[in-house]
Amino acid sequence: MPSTVALAVARYRPERESEPTLQTYEIPFRKDWVVLDALNHVKDELDGSLSFRWSCRMGVCGSCGMKVNGTPKLTCATFLSDYLPGPIRVEPLDYFPVVRDLVVDLTDFVRKLQQVKPWIIRKEEKPLSEGEYLQTPDQLDAYKQFSMCINCLLCYSACPIYGLEPGFIGPAAIALAQRYNMDSRDQGAAERLKIVSEHDGIWQCTFVGECTKVCPKHVDPAGAIQQYKLTGATEWVKSLLLPWGAR
Amino acid sequence: MGRQVSAEPHYTLYHPRWYRRPVSVWWWLQNRAYTGFVLRELTSVFVAFFALVYLWQLRALVHGPDAYGQFLARMRSPLFLTLNTVAFLFVLVHSITWFNLTPKAMVLRLSGKRVPDWVILGLHYAAWLVLSAAVVFVLLRR
Repeated sequence: MPSTVALAVARYRPERESEPTLQTYEIPFRKDWVVLDALNHVKDELDGSLSFRWSCRMGVCGSCGMKVNGTPKLTCATFLSDYLPGPIRVEPLDYFPVVRDLVVDLTDFVRKLQQVKPWIIRKEEKPLSEGEYLQTPDQLDAYKQFSMCINCLLCYSACPIYGLEPGFIGPAAIALAQRYNMDSRDQGAAERLKIVSEHDGIWQCTFVGECTKVCPKHVDPAGAIQQYKLTGATEWVKSLLLPWGAR
Repeated sequence: MGRQVSAEPHYTLYHPRWYRRPVSVWWWLQNRAYTGFVLRELTSVFVAFFALVYLWQLRALVHGPDAYGQFLARMRSPLFLTLNTVAFLFVLVHSITWFNLTPKAMVLRLSGKRVPDWVILGLHYAAWLVLSAAVVFVLLRR
């Protein structure tokens, strides 16, 4: 076991640099440290000017997504010991504009997430007096996997399509649309299908499959998009066969 | 719809000066999974080739026995034997990888429980076998 390990961190200080550079810090190696611990060590002990996002330290908040040695990772769940002997390269997520150092701007994703209406849509809300919308465990099971998404955006950073076609709605937003479609309480599937089957929606996906591989919560966004394509194609055939509109 | 970087960047007060890394033309060489993906996409050319040869065969069939004989003779040339062998292998690769993806896209639920992937896969392969056997039966029938 080495006593120290080199951490090469991408720095971008817009007031000083026109593009990111790597700065290397020698940090103590500890078996129980994750990359986020190492970054916090740098921030606390070596260089207080380093900027990065983090919050929960336990894979729930989705704030600390970065590229570690080129692969999108939650840094709170990425152990230094898996990258020995180093150096370990930490960079901001790909395809999002870098605000500073390891901090990226997420506005694009938030806008797209709103587009797909990730909430329960009812044709008619029933009055409160009639009580809640009930759901069986099996009905919950139908969408639970997709509801595990923590919006960490590793999937966007792993998706070359999002890099090449920035308009693409993208893996997490489509998986979350599917999460509401599969919800037995929801009645908005047709509304969402109209949005996600447009030019920038599901058909942009060529099933590279990397989004699913990097997902720390096993949401399987690639699967969600392929299922959505099947639904889209089926609805299209239906609209041809039943032009008077059976929907 | 993605925000474009303007040709003349100007600084808006209090607005962060973002850095956008351009996507390299060689993005698909950056990791092995991307390379595999692009190679898979490129080898679908062989699937198209197979379809074209098939259309050519139909055309020869329509033009009578002489034309068809000529077509068969041409297919026996080393060039077409090699090309067809390679194309056949890639068509096989694409068929198998395509079938293996089906459980991703098809989620069937029977009495509330998700039908396991291997059942969906198995049914697809079974259907493939049955159809292939039917084709062989029709071809070999005297």
